[in-house]
Amino acid sequence: MLDLLLPSLLNGVLTGGVYVLLALGLTLIYGVLHIVNFAHGSLLMVAMFGAWLLATQAGIDPYYALPLMIAAMFAFGWLLYAGVIGRVSRGEDRSILLATLGVSIVLDNLALVLFTGDTRTIETPYSFDMVDLGVVSVPTAKLISFGFALALAAVLWAFMMLTDTGRAIRAVAREPDGARLVGIRPQRMFALAYGIGVACLGAAACLLLPSFYVSPGVGNVFVLLAFTIVVLGGMGSFAGAVVGGLLIGVTDSVGGLYLGESLGAICVPLVFIAVLLLKPTGLFGARA
Amino acid sequence: MSVGPTRRMIVAAGAATLAMPAILRAQPAAVKVGLIHPVTGALAYGGQLCRLGGQTAIEDINAAGGIKSMGGAKLDALLGDAQGRPDIGASLVDQMSEQGAAGFTGCFASPIALAATQAAAKYNLPFCIDSGLADSITARGLKNVFRLFPTASAITTDAMAALDAINKKAGSPAKTAIIVHEDGEFGTGTAKLLGAKLETIGIRLIETIPHATPTRDFSNIVLRIKAAKPDLVIPSDYNNEYVLLARTLVQQKVDLASIFSVAGGGFNLRFAKEQPTIAENIIDFNHWYNPRSPRAATFRKRFEDKGTVFSWELLFGYFAMRFLADAMERAGSADKEKVVEALSTSTFNDDLLTYGPTKIVDGQNQNAHATALQIQQGDIHVVYPEQYSDATVVFPRPKA
Repeated sequence: MLDLLLPSLLNGVLTGGVYVLLALGLTLIYGVLHIVNFAHGSLLMVAMFGAWLLATQAGIDPYYALPLMIAAMFAFGWLLYAGVIGRVSRGEDRSILLATLGVSIVLDNLALVLFTGDTRTIETPYSFDMVDLGVVSVPTAKLISFGFALALAAVLWAFMMLTDTGRAIRAVAREPDGARLVGIRPQRMFALAYGIGVACLGAAACLLLPSFYVSPGVGNVFVLLAFTIVVLGGMGSFAGAVVGGLLIGVTDSVGGLYLGESLGAICVPLVFIAVLLLKPTGLFGARA
Repeated sequence: MSVGPTRRMIVAAGAATLAMPAILRAQPAAVKVGLIHPVTGALAYGGQLCRLGGQTAIEDINAAGGIKSMGGAKLDALLGDAQGRPDIGASLVDQMSEQGAAGFTGCFASPIALAATQAAAKYNLPFCIDSGLADSITARGLKNVFRLFPTASAITTDAMAALDAINKKAGSPAKTAIIVHEDGEFGTGTAKLLGAKLETIGIRLIETIPHATPTRDFSNIVLRIKAAKPDLVIPSDYNNEYVLLARTLVQQKVDLASIFSVAGGGFNLRFAKEQPTIAENIIDFNHWYNPRSPRAATFRKRFEDKGTVFSWELLFGYFAMRFLADAMERAGSADKEKVVEALSTSTFNDDLLTYGPTKIVDGQNQNAHATALQIQQGDIHVVYPEQYSDATVVFPRPKA
């Protein structure tokens, strides 16, 4: 078993990269809007079908489709917030929660009608390429995903910290009334934050597609994990999402190795509970 | 200008109404048949295909002049969505029998079939199972339940016999195997059955590896397989995991004599076409149309023209309905007692099936046998038994 530990660890870190992107979108939406986005999994599914359509119908490789999908999902997220979620919620957190849940039910069933419940995959020229890292060979696609995911996380962080728009989003998150006083329109920032959160899913979809599958239920495969990472890392925390994503990736992989892929599934919740017992606000969470 | 009905239109409509009974009398009343499947929810994909198969059979039967012994009575489909829930499947039977259903086909999944057939037993209405392999469906002594297709245990027995024959013919290159299965009832049950039978055909089971559904990553499992160096990997899991496992095996360049599955979740034409490299030479023991039938090509094309890829679910849905309609034809009536009797003595035979004439014992066709299928160059071929095969089996597969 010991000779498999290092490959398993490495595999966990690489897989965790994409988890980071999923969690970043969710934590951003939570941090700014203070709601849990129940539509997160369904929006990931939409993005994956988008990338899949681009790959199969237009012949665009998922990696080349990345900027396009980020832009498309940003627009979709923005419109969804401005047109549906923001409108029906009338500023009440509880209603936003229900609105996102409603959106997810509509999207899931729409996908079922359009694409049926079938599993779809793509085969790319690099699908079977492996990179030899000495101790283990890893799929090239996974290595690329990992790199892209962390780079995008860094870009997003820089955007939030260094630009005026980023500061405005943070201001609205912290103090909506104060932000309004200095001329920031909170509803606009909410839509923007929701759009950026969903754009993260566009990127994650392109990075997942070469090594995963798409089906109308694919969002559920990841969404619980993303919630776990966000709460574990501290709700609304950027650093928490990054560290949490990698930690959960490694836990998932090593747990599966030692306890089997069946029993190993309990490792993630165990780590989750342990962290929350020691630090109830999550790894990087601010005090409530 | 007047937009209301003119006097002439009203008179014409009245005349048409008066003429109706004469037209109706000339046509025998349509026979209603209920199709119960999960067409929404988690089982939607398979349920929709079974339904499409049944509907296509009805189209074909009606186009060929309906039930001839009943004066050309047409079949009329009552469609029900069981939503993946056995209780809904059972209540659909009640509703449809109210609407006058003379018989049923369904239900894609065994749990729904168990509940729905029991509900139909209250009315003694004939029920022909399409997909739904659990032995218990026809083993409970219900007089109204019939299955043209084999049971799960019959499929496993046949599958092992097929594997044995293929292996021996190639000089027994497969001596060891690893079973990878999902840890629910389906995967665990199949793994147990297969594990026990492997030894009897001289293949040593090295290990049985369970995994959860969904499993996002098969790297660990495949590294374990690679270290154990089995000749065969036998997956028993659902669609998504089947595809991921097969892909990871190819990525990690695991050298195998073959991947051999029994009713494998992801083994289908879409997989063969979308992932030609991964899918090449995988063997699955499952249902397919008889490629040697002169009608094989048109039968497959019939479904492709409807915008779907051909799959065994379509075959099941189609022939469950054919089987029921054939019994009505034999009985010369849609009367439930007569149809149940006709089903239990049915010798239904169609050369599109790999079966020969039907022989029903306690509702179960004793002559139903699936075939070994192999993906070769992006298409699915029957490779065993030879009397139905349209390609030679590639076993062991060429080294990676």
